[in-house]
Parts: sequence; C-alpha cells; structure tokens
Amino acid sequence: MQNISKRFGATVALDNVNLQVERGEVHALVGENGSGKSTLMRVLSGAIHPDSGSITFDGKPYAPHNPMEARRLGIAMIYQELALCPHLSTAENVLLGMEMQQFGVIDRKASRRTTEDALRMLGIVGLNVDAPISSLPIATRQLVEIARAVALDSKIVVLDEPTSSLTQADVEKLFEVVNILKEKGTAIIYISHFLDEIKRICDQMTVLRDGVNVGESKVGAVDTDMIVSMMVGRKIDTIYPRSERHPGEVVLKVEGLHGARKPEDASLELRKGEVVGIAGLNGSGRTELARCIFGLDVVKSGRIRVGTIEGTAKPAKRWSEGVGMLSEDRKLEGLAISMTIADNMTMTKLPPIVSSQKQSEDSHTWIAKMGVKCRGPQQIVGELSGGNQQKVAIARLLYHDVDVMLLDEPTRGIDVGSKETIYQLIDQLALQGKAVLMISSYLPELLGVCDRIAVMHKGLLGETKAVHETGAEEIIREAAGA
Amino acid sequence: MKSFIKNSSVFNLAGLVIAWLGIFAFFWWKAPPNFHSLDNFKTMARQDTIVAIATLGMTCIIISGGIDLSVGSVVAFVTVVIGLLLQAHQNPWIALICGIGAGGLWGFANGVLITRLKVVPFIVTLGTYLLVRGAAKGLAHNRTIDSPVSWLNDLTSQPTAEKFSITAPWKSIWQLLPVGVWLTVIFAVIVALMLRRTRFGRHIVAVGSNEQAARLCGVPIERVKLAVYVLAGLLVGLAGLMQYSRLTLGDPTAADGLELKVIAAVVIGGASLNGGQGSILGSLLGAWIMTTISTGCAQMGLDNWVEQMVTGGIIVLSVAIDRLRVRKD
Repeated sequence: MQNISKRFGATVALDNVNLQVERGEVHALVGENGSGKSTLMRVLSGAIHPDSGSITFDGKPYAPHNPMEARRLGIAMIYQELALCPHLSTAENVLLGMEMQQFGVIDRKASRRTTEDALRMLGIVGLNVDAPISSLPIATRQLVEIARAVALDSKIVVLDEPTSSLTQADVEKLFEVVNILKEKGTAIIYISHFLDEIKRICDQMTVLRDGVNVGESKVGAVDTDMIVSMMVGRKIDTIYPRSERHPGEVVLKVEGLHGARKPEDASLELRKGEVVGIAGLNGSGRTELARCIFGLDVVKSGRIRVGTIEGTAKPAKRWSEGVGMLSEDRKLEGLAISMTIADNMTMTKLPPIVSSQKQSEDSHTWIAKMGVKCRGPQQIVGELSGGNQQKVAIARLLYHDVDVMLLDEPTRGIDVGSKETIYQLIDQLALQGKAVLMISSYLPELLGVCDRIAVMHKGLLGETKAVHETGAEEIIREAAGA
Repeated sequence: MKSFIKNSSVFNLAGLVIAWLGIFAFFWWKAPPNFHSLDNFKTMARQDTIVAIATLGMTCIIISGGIDLSVGSVVAFVTVVIGLLLQAHQNPWIALICGIGAGGLWGFANGVLITRLKVVPFIVTLGTYLLVRGAAKGLAHNRTIDSPVSWLNDLTSQPTAEKFSITAPWKSIWQLLPVGVWLTVIFAVIVALMLRRTRFGRHIVAVGSNEQAARLCGVPIERVKLAVYVLAGLLVGLAGLMQYSRLTLGDPTAADGLELKVIAAVVIGGASLNGGQGSILGSLLGAWIMTTISTGCAQMGLDNWVEQMVTGGIIVLSVAIDRLRVRKD
C-alpha cells in the first residue's frame, strides 16, 4: 500500500501512509486508538476507497470496489466483533457466501469435508461442524473465522485485536494457528495494543500516529519503550495538565459492591476535587462498576453512598442527586444520534414546557465553552465528528451541573485535539471541586490526569493508590493478574 | 440553500406538498370537472377524518419506536360500545365518553403488555388486533347495532342550517365543515405542540431515537411508553366515534385494515419505523394524499385495485426518495 490518503470531512484520517507486507510474514500494525489503523484496514478490505494512493497485491494493482471483491481476491478480515451468524452451524458459517451446491441444493457432505479440512490445517480436530456456532466458546469461534479464511484460500489475513477477549490458554492456541498460517506462506497483519504479544509473534512492524507513518522496523530490533515512544510521540507531561488539587470530603463511597454480573467486589472512595482512575482490561468489570453506581445495572449486594444518601437508585434519581454518567459507547448509549445538539444536552433537565429558544440559548453557552464545531444548537448530533459528539455528551453533565462525574472512556475514538480539550476540562472541574471517576483503557492518560488509580481485574477492584506511588508497569501487571 | 436541504423536516414537508399538488393536478385534468370544487374538498375532508385522527396517535407511537396493529379493531369496538349505549337510551355524551374511554383502555392494555412483558409492540398488538376484533364481535353478538338517531351522527356530516337548529348543541358556528374535521385540526395542533414543546414530547422522541441514551439521561422509559399507548388509544377512541358517526350504527366488522392505512400515512409522512423521526404535519399530509387518491380514483370510476396499486406505489416511492436523500448526505 503506497501513499494512501483518506479524509473524512475536515479530519485527515490517513496522510500518505505506506505499508508493505511480505508472504509468510506476521506484520504488526501498531498505533494508539484513532491513529488510522482501522481506516487503513478498511481501505485494504474495500470497505472504503482512498482519496489517493495505490495498492499492489501479488505484483498486480489492486483496487477492490467492495469487501466481497476483496474477500474473493484473498483478503480476509477478522475483527474483534466476530462476523458469524450465531444460528448457523460451523460448516455453514465457514462456507457462507460460497456454499457448495449441487443442482441448487447444498452438498452437506462436501461442505462438511471442506470445513473439516480447513480446521485440520489449523490443527483443530474433533469439532462438531454441524452444531450451531453459538454453542461454541468465543475463542473457538474466532478459530472458525480463521478457518473461513483458510477455506477461502486467503493470501492476507488481518487480525484486529484478536486476543482482547481471550484467556491466556486460548491466546497460546491462537498463536499456534498464526504460526501455521505463516508457514503456509500467508501474510498476516496483526493489530494489537498488547506490545508483549507483538514482541512474541510478529516479525516486522509499522507504527502509525495521527494518520502518518512514524516508524517501520524489524520487531527484534526495537524494545517496548521505543515502540511506546513512537506511538505516543511526545512527553506525557505536556498534554496532560494537572494543577495542584486539594481533595475535600468524600462524596461517593462504594463498599463491597457486587453487581448481577460484575463487579464481584469493588470498594472505593471519591472525594471532592479529585480525579480517581479505574484501570483494567476490557471486560474486567470497570464499565459495570460505573453502571451499578448509576443504577443502570442491577446491584446484588454492597453499599453505595452519594453524599449522605445511602442506597441504590435509578438514573433519574442519580441525576437529581448531582451524579452524572458518560457512557463508553456514544452511538449505542451516549447520545440520541438523530436528535439535535440542544435536545441531547438538555435532556436530563427539561422543564415540563420546553421553550426551544431557552433550550438553544443554554446549549449555545456550552457549545461555545466546549468548542463544539457545529452549525448551531439545532444541528443533528449524528452529523458531528466523533470528538465533537463526545463534547456534546460531556456538556450534558456540565449543563446539569453535576458534582460527581462518572466518565467511562471519555476519550475513546476521538482526535488528539479533542482529547486535550477534555483533559483540560477534567482538570478545571477538579479545581472547581467536582469529583471525577474516570475509566480508561489508555494508561498514559490515566497516569497523566488522575490523582489516584485503582485497577480492576476479573471483577475485583484493587486498592486505590496515589498516582506517584504506582506506575504503568505495576498497573499492567495488576490488570493482567500477574 | 444547503441548510434548507439539510433541514430534513422542511424538505420532507415541501416534498409532500409537491407530491400532493402533482396528484391533485392529475385528477383535475382527468377526473370529472367537479373534482376541484369546494364541495369536493369538503367531502374529502370528511372522509379523511377517521384516518387523520388515528394518525395522530400512531405518529406518537411510531416516533417512540413502537407500532400499533390493533387500531382498526379498536375503532370497531368503539362503534359497538357507542351503538349499544345509545340503544339502551343513554345520553349521547355518556356514549361518547365511554367510547373514547374504551379506546383509552385498550391503549392502556397494549402499553401494559408491552412495558411489563417486554414483548415487542408488533407481537403484542398483533395479539390485541385479533383479541379486540373478537371482543367487538362477541359484544355485538356478531350483528350490527342499530341505534336511535342522535347528534353524534352529525359529527361528520355536512352541517345544514336546518339540521343545526334541531339536533346539535352548537348552533351557527363554523358551518363550513363538520365538527369532526374541526376536532381533527384542533387535536392535531395540540399533539404537534405536545411533541415539540413539552418534556413529555421530547421524551417520546428520545425513547424512539435511542432508548439506551434516554435511560442514561434518567427518562422514565416505561412510563413514557405506557403514556404514549394510552394517548394513542384515546385518539383511536375518538376516531371510533367518527367512524360511528359515519356509519350511524355500531359495526364490529368496521374499519377492517384501517391500521395499515394509518401506518402508511405516517410512513409517507416521513416517519421512520425505527423510531425517533416523524411529524404530525407530515402524517396528516400522508393521510391527505391517500384520501385524494381514493376520492380521485372513485370519481374517475376506476376500480378499487387501481387505487390500491397507486397508494402502494406511493408508499414505496416515498420511502425510496427518503433513502436516496439520506445517502446523499
């Protein structure tokens, strides 16, 4: 892939990016969230078309019109959210879209044989290929998806964060499969945030930052610190403002919280004027902790105290107590995408009779303060960029004037400029005496923004430690349970 | 200009008006000359009443992300209730209140089943569609209910000076159109204002636009949904009253398939069946377009199948245009 560029509106997602992958090579594609990795892969898979640049595949120019064509040409994408139909069997899933037919009827015997062959090639035997895919564990489903790539005779397999929901044993099995593919001469593009995995199985790596190539080298030639500094590209202190804060009394106290699913045991205290971070892997129960506190998930046992009020409550009550929550998923839960900015900002505090003029004026204030780029309060939220949508979602908490903020991944999937705005905002809010609980998967920002950090591991929340008494390595070890 | 096109509601309404003008012009050209007369407009307005009133409730339901298939059955049930009460020589006011109340009760039943059982509205109201129709037939012993003449019959009939002086409690007011049409206009304004200018209305849109986000914002989702179905039920009750007035008797088989006409009007009016989108004015225009087509076809002496095919085409076309426009954005 040469000089690939892609713009979305005003944001440049890719700027003259190059990527070269050889046969039988495991190539790591590394970069922070929003660095352009997924956009680049979407170009490769034919889901989007680049504005400029060219792709050469097996010595021939390659410009797929759509994902189906890319798949036929031998490019297989395996995403975090698996693209399998849960009600169909393993064999049906593997051969979906290329069913083996005879006189218009599916040849079940041949299908079964092809599927079993593909699985055997990956070292998987004894799987009932007629059972519905939903009866298999997640890790096996992922292998089935790789088997689909084998059955399609794919030349390039892209693995996007394949290990994020796997246990250690399953990760080992996946690595074996990756090695088998590699020996077959398949090129593998491996996207992961886990640098130790990359060190283990990748040969070559390309690092992206803000849509630009920032490094390419043999994996063996660099150490983890060098990779991290290439990814981040600047000293952490400069982008994370942290004024001297003076925490006051406890405004949120959680003791032995046990949710219906997760967390299993979480205790923490949040004081006025401080920022407490929750670290941990995806699926460790961080989000559920916030949802339990906010009354979105069912609490099984444990105590929650907000100010002087004890007990669990529904979201409406939490808002009235001065607690606000920012969802990790803007599109699914955070915002009503088809409604206006004004409606989204003021939804929690609407008067019985709504004056659209007053609503617009209120929203206008916060649009200006947050620097939301938009045409006005009556613009539909769905038309804004990710970063601006997130600013609208945060502005809702500010408009409501909450004292306790539960921020779940406040900077996920947004551009660097918007991130800085949000970091500065969190710092200011803490100075004003607000209490902030911040959940994040991105360690540098937690270390940069928070006063204290606790780590969630498999539903258990560890002890809260002052940020200068802990460090990235200690947190990573605790999150991984080592 | 760009912001005008982007402002989807204005664009959508303009499109509907243009579509109606086109259809109207066609009939003006083809249909008998009295098609564009004032009298014909009055006739069309009268015929539009039942669908239009039911549309008001359906618009709210569809905006909230739901659907109601029981509308036609409830309308029939209401005509039976009113017919029976009048037959028993009750005061017309009591018949009116009980009729509308019966609509509200069925709406309440729909709402409770949807929010408590957490079954999708399509299935729940598919059930009540049959259930209410059956109840109406049982209540009427499978017959039409003949009832004495009362002023309820005049709600949808063209007022004449002489009629007014005898039966109606309202005298020389607004004699241009029947009371039913004026009621439709008044309720349309009320419901439109409610959707736009009240917390409840904004909550309805929020629930339909993104239920999860609404929950996060502390919107009482269950209560909002229940209230929407009750409100729609009351409006369907009112539509039932108009149906009774048109028939001047209670008929358990009346308004068969009305729900589909009503849903069609709402969809033509620009609402999304995924919720969060739709407008009262749009839905009323949708209903008005359908009425114009059916009246025009009837006056041209065309068979019912022509009208059905044209209306079906309009539904598909309106949704297709909407899709194309969205894709361009």
